[in-house]
Amino acid sequence: METIGKLVAHYNYVVTIFLMVAGLYIVIARSNMIKKLVGLSLFQTSVYLLYIEPGKIIGGTAPIIDPAFKVYSNPLPHVLILTAIVVGIATVALGLALVVRIYEAYGTIEEDEIFETEGEA
Amino acid sequence: MKLVAANLPALQVLIPLVGALLAAFARRGATGWAIALVASWLAPVISITMLLRVLEGGVISYHLGGWAPPIGIEYRVDLLNAFVLVIVSTIGAVVMPFARRSVADEIDGDKQSWFYAMYLLCLAGLLGISVTGDAFNIFVFLEISSLSSYVLVAMGRSRRSLLAAFQYLIVGTIGATFYVIGIGFLYLATGSLNIADIAVRLGPAMAETPRPVLAALAFLTVGISLKLALFPLHVWLPGAYAGAPSLATAFLAGTSTKVAIYVLIRLFFSVFGVGITFNALPVGEVLLVLSVAAMFIASLSAVSQGDVKRLLAYSSVAQVGYITLGISLANVSGLTGGIVHIFNHAIMKTALFLSLGAIVYRTGSAGLSDLAGIGRRMPLTMAVFVIGGAGLIGVPGTAGFISKWYLAVGALERGWWPLVFLIVASSLIAVLYIGRVVEVAWFREPSAVAAKATDPPLSMLLPMFVLAAATLYFGFETQASAGLAGRIAEGLLGIGSAR
Repeated sequence: METIGKLVAHYNYVVTIFLMVAGLYIVIARSNMIKKLVGLSLFQTSVYLLYIEPGKIIGGTAPIIDPAFKVYSNPLPHVLILTAIVVGIATVALGLALVVRIYEAYGTIEEDEIFETEGEA
Repeated sequence: MKLVAANLPALQVLIPLVGALLAAFARRGATGWAIALVASWLAPVISITMLLRVLEGGVISYHLGGWAPPIGIEYRVDLLNAFVLVIVSTIGAVVMPFARRSVADEIDGDKQSWFYAMYLLCLAGLLGISVTGDAFNIFVFLEISSLSSYVLVAMGRSRRSLLAAFQYLIVGTIGATFYVIGIGFLYLATGSLNIADIAVRLGPAMAETPRPVLAALAFLTVGISLKLALFPLHVWLPGAYAGAPSLATAFLAGTSTKVAIYVLIRLFFSVFGVGITFNALPVGEVLLVLSVAAMFIASLSAVSQGDVKRLLAYSSVAQVGYITLGISLANVSGLTGGIVHIFNHAIMKTALFLSLGAIVYRTGSAGLSDLAGIGRRMPLTMAVFVIGGAGLIGVPGTAGFISKWYLAVGALERGWWPLVFLIVASSLIAVLYIGRVVEVAWFREPSAVAAKATDPPLSMLLPMFVLAAATLYFGFETQASAGLAGRIAEGLLGIGSAR
């Protein structure tokens, strides 16, 4: 009962971890390269949540100094994740570009089919 | 001049970064090469100056934008950083004269300047990882270097290069994301991203809430192990090294896994400390078993390869095993062996890949059967290969022997004498795979492509000679390499006066 209570109280982390594991699973289990990239993107995005969630302080306001407020949310995680988003976009863009080139070269984007013709890469 | 001297740590990263931008705008490959040459030759000048300064005056702490740490980002150069910076920047500079002809031969004219842009970007990323004192900054530089190395790999001639680059991208991104998760947990536990500051705050955090700290250690170890190709997380490496253009392979083999190993050492010894790393979780034991597995299984895989590039790539996985073995021993001799092998392996493996690159330049192939009789047609190139190979085996008088000597001493100090036997036994497998290449190259009748080959021009021979000479030199004169590594190891383990 206590465990369930803890899980409900931290439901945001449960969601984060579900997304994380689901993304990683797709990367490993799927042979289609586009689906792999979708999984990879999901995996990366879930980590953004992991950073952002603890940055919110209950009762805290936006971190702009004002005499009316005493408690502020932590802005640093947002800044970090802004950087991570840029990195994530670059990674997915490069991945998609590679998939286009692979499709041109092999005529398929299924890893299974490519390995059948090429052997292990 | 004073302004330059005060901003050396920032310039270390900035010069290749700006160079990359300039090279991207260059129309002709020759212009791109000239920019890359200047930028990559300035890098070792800066890194060696910093190493000398650290040896003289201790840690250099550089505050980016004038913001004091731990709020601002700090570039922090101690002996370990400076040592790794010198390795990366020197390898980056030495291969440049070789690049001109090799790249012109393997990459289409209009893409050559892009190749140099990616090369410099990768160099900037690797130097950035080594120079920064901020854990999140390491992630950003890690991704800069990784993204550019995916492109470098994809620029290979065969369509398999694309496949290798894609696999490398998937695995590399998973590794980097694990690293970010680990840093996230550390940030949750300590509230800081500055490496030195995290190290200070970690003790109390560990006493209060050990679980996120241990989760961080686990995620960081796995993430970085993916990047450094620790067995069995090495599957991306042989394809990537075999698929990349010759010059990119030589550069990446000498630097990128080495920098990942640096991050691992930094995390284990400077951030978590020996107490948490090796006592709270069985990291040492796991690392020991995987290192020994790498030494044997990867070496055995190397023996049966028909493509020499792939053979050397598997050998890289095995050699990384020796370095992580040194880390897992966690005593001064073992760690000295590991750290000095970062340096020794970098010069030996780059020499080997450059000589192979010269063969590809002349024959267009790295297949073992095409190398038949090449020793008689390209004697100087193959001489470099033999010296580098002897280093990998650990023949006394070469740099490889020094590393293995320290590893063996470290194992003996632990009382693990069977490990000494394993180190020697795995070296014998190296005799097999190097011996196979040497046998084919020297004692067989020349193949059709080998018959027409001759030694490459001087601009390609010189970098190979420099590295081969270094392999021999550091086999005798160990003060600069092993002596320094010993001081670093003592510093990391908190023994002696060096920091």
